[in-house]
Amino acid sequence: MHPLLPGASPSRRTFLTAIGGAFVLGAVLPVRLARAEAQGPAEGAGALAPKPGTRVAAFLEIHPDGTIKLLSPFVEGGQGIATGMAQIVGEELDVPPSRFVVECAPPGPDYAVVNGIRMTGGSFSTRSSYETMRRLGATARDLMIRAAAARLKVQDSELTTSDGVVLHAATGRALPYGELAADALKLKPNEAVPLRDPKNFRYIRQPVPRLDVRDKSTGRAVYAIDQKVDGMLYAAVQHAPRLGTEPTRLANEAEVKAMPGVHSIHRLPGAVAVAADSWWRARKAVEALKVEWSAAKPSGIDTVAADFSSETMLAALKASADPGHVAEEQGDVAGAFARAAKVVEADYEAPYLAHAQLEPPSSIARFEPDGTLDVWLPNQMPEVFQAVSAKVAGLPPAQVRIHSPMLGGFFGRHFTYEAGNPFPQAILLAKATGRPVKVLWSREEEFARDAVRPLSFSRFRAALDAAGQPTALEVRTVGEGPIGRYFSMMMQTPVDPSAVEGIVGKPYAVPNRRMTFTKIAHPVNIAFWRSVGHSMNDAFYESFLDEVAGAGGQDPFALRMALLGGSARHRTLLTTVAEMSGGWRRGPYEGEGGMRARGLAMASPFGSETATIAEVSVEGGEARVHNLWIAFDPGSIVNPAIVKAQVESAAVLGLSSVLFEQIVYRDGVRQSQNYDTYPVLRREHMPKVHVRIVESGAPMGGVGEPGLPGVPPAILNAIAALTGQRIRALPIANTKLSAA
Amino acid sequence: MVSLTINGRQYAVDAEPDTPLLFVLRDTLGLTGTKYGCGIAQCGACTVHLDGQATRSCQVSLESVGDQVVTTIEAIEQDEIGRKVVEAWVALQVPQCGYCQSGQVMAATALLKQTPHPTDGDIAEAMTNLCRCGTYNAIAAAVRQAAA
Repeated sequence: MHPLLPGASPSRRTFLTAIGGAFVLGAVLPVRLARAEAQGPAEGAGALAPKPGTRVAAFLEIHPDGTIKLLSPFVEGGQGIATGMAQIVGEELDVPPSRFVVECAPPGPDYAVVNGIRMTGGSFSTRSSYETMRRLGATARDLMIRAAAARLKVQDSELTTSDGVVLHAATGRALPYGELAADALKLKPNEAVPLRDPKNFRYIRQPVPRLDVRDKSTGRAVYAIDQKVDGMLYAAVQHAPRLGTEPTRLANEAEVKAMPGVHSIHRLPGAVAVAADSWWRARKAVEALKVEWSAAKPSGIDTVAADFSSETMLAALKASADPGHVAEEQGDVAGAFARAAKVVEADYEAPYLAHAQLEPPSSIARFEPDGTLDVWLPNQMPEVFQAVSAKVAGLPPAQVRIHSPMLGGFFGRHFTYEAGNPFPQAILLAKATGRPVKVLWSREEEFARDAVRPLSFSRFRAALDAAGQPTALEVRTVGEGPIGRYFSMMMQTPVDPSAVEGIVGKPYAVPNRRMTFTKIAHPVNIAFWRSVGHSMNDAFYESFLDEVAGAGGQDPFALRMALLGGSARHRTLLTTVAEMSGGWRRGPYEGEGGMRARGLAMASPFGSETATIAEVSVEGGEARVHNLWIAFDPGSIVNPAIVKAQVESAAVLGLSSVLFEQIVYRDGVRQSQNYDTYPVLRREHMPKVHVRIVESGAPMGGVGEPGLPGVPPAILNAIAALTGQRIRALPIANTKLSAA
Repeated sequence: MVSLTINGRQYAVDAEPDTPLLFVLRDTLGLTGTKYGCGIAQCGACTVHLDGQATRSCQVSLESVGDQVVTTIEAIEQDEIGRKVVEAWVALQVPQCGYCQSGQVMAATALLKQTPHPTDGDIAEAMTNLCRCGTYNAIAAAVRQAAA
């Protein structure tokens, strides 16, 4: 169970404690202070926090021209949440979604609609706020009706609405919402308003066009990187080659200071910066700086030492003898192994990964004449960025305004990651220069400091009976996940759910199971990365399940179907994906241009369920994926077109990661600097992607991430079927594949 | 001062001759529809047209532009083919995060100007820009629709 999942119910207080203790990250607030500040002032108008998602005026501006501005709790970064929110609110408010303008709301307690907190992540946005936002729309509609009733001196019950207009059928009178809004907002909201019968939905469950596609197709969409404020300086940075080291000497400062447009040169924590009158000039200058850096520790994995490498980190995870903590346990594992006819064992490993979103991160900081601070920055959690910005600036959070522009991709990139964000640098430079400052990281500096998906390791053992049926499964996971790093105070046990998700909580009825987690911290900045622990763990588990099938002489599809005996939902999904692909056939078989084979995988990420089949061939020692079939059950949906687009998008990231991606450390330094040394999926490797939505009616699950986890193992299983090679170390590019 | 013709307008730019056209457009002239992604011609987010040719503006120095006519995404709808491309992008709901899409639209428009009815091979050869959201199939479908 994910600790942020609605239903797990961490209290608001628990979360705020987590902000103080972990998410604000040592660098900043003492726990008690953070809690008080995050909750707002202790007295005055802000003291009594509203129930999140109920105060209509905090969310809706209804304009006389009939347009509606919706202040959304969520930031739009490609997942379509702005359109989804307009559909949900518009459905109940009775205004077409196309008439909405959606912006990300500023920090404030009204927007804590994700189980009492606010974030855009964890595939939580729609499923956690769906009821709340429907109710908000319905409450606002009711206010319009009551304002119209007072104006027209009729009963509420005589009025109806249609597309943003209140109608009095008996007299033919009509009042647009825009004319009623001022009166309506003075009324006391009625919390018990009825919601629309889903049978009568016009916008929810429809493929409503996205609100932002035209702006995004014509260059008009504005991202953080596009923003400019009067009088600002541009800054570029050069980070220390090894995280944790500091600039000690600038050998050519005077020379660089004299370069064109240079305003000033600065030492920052772990970096140097140049402020100039253009970013290009700042970048040329900062890259010309000859910097001496403090020495890293010579060895070890408690810091990014001079000899730190992905290999030494992996070796440490493998070598650990710490038994760890139980993450999932059932039955008598020891007994099952003692009675086993056959035992299968395998180690699986996955590398560090970069987000590699196309928009390099930037931030603008501007101190106002009254001493308050404005910050424009890409973020998935405005209140936390406000708290950290305040600490860096030495201000109370209430004096920091956070502006959250559209994101040029995120995938988990834009949480606070200590040295992994440019906004503290912008604030320090604005303070030092007395001018507004925009810091933009070059792509190379982004690859140097992006927080990474953790390098991961799990050891699997299965016991099989004489019939080839798995009777026990034992998994030992060693490492660290981002929840343990940044949200540890929300964890009920020492088991980091983001390290074991995808290994625990699987639907298969293996009678005896024991999964453990042993924490070994990484010295590097680790991150949430699309589908988090599922991004590697389902690859491990589902690959190993195929190994078990092979050892037991069973077909992978038949074995899964048998192990899903108790779950109609999962069996339906498996049957659906088989049917989509023309019936399950593992192969190898003759395909266009050579032999092909298929692999299968299931995953249960973020409250949704997926079944995936991949079709693969091998060309020149490399895997070619031709088709991905994905049956996706998120319970119920809001926009089928956006859901399909998100599943395809997540599948592509899964494909890209399993084929190519890896951040490799050598001598304490990352070996990737740009897309030439960190290949991501290009058109030439793009398969056909077939997505079918299965609405089982189960509680609504997530959408943005769940398409990913089934893809890597389906491909790995297809490669094994085709070549006999079982790849247990990712990415696939590290293994030369044999011809089929 | 260097004189540039961009989207039918004349600009006089004061910057070092080696400044990439990309940053002249974005920071000096405020034409921010053209995006910075990698700076090394890998991603294509900075694609503009030079005399109608799709070109990665991060690799074009200010001094090398000369009298070539520059077209950016801001003017793409003034072009008949560019407008068709944009309409196809909207009709097929191509963008997700959208950050790469200026460059994709510019690349698609240049392709269709030279090859009005591209084969899948033509599309693969011309549409090499990166999309981290994985909209490649939607992009190819939109190029075909704009060509129809």
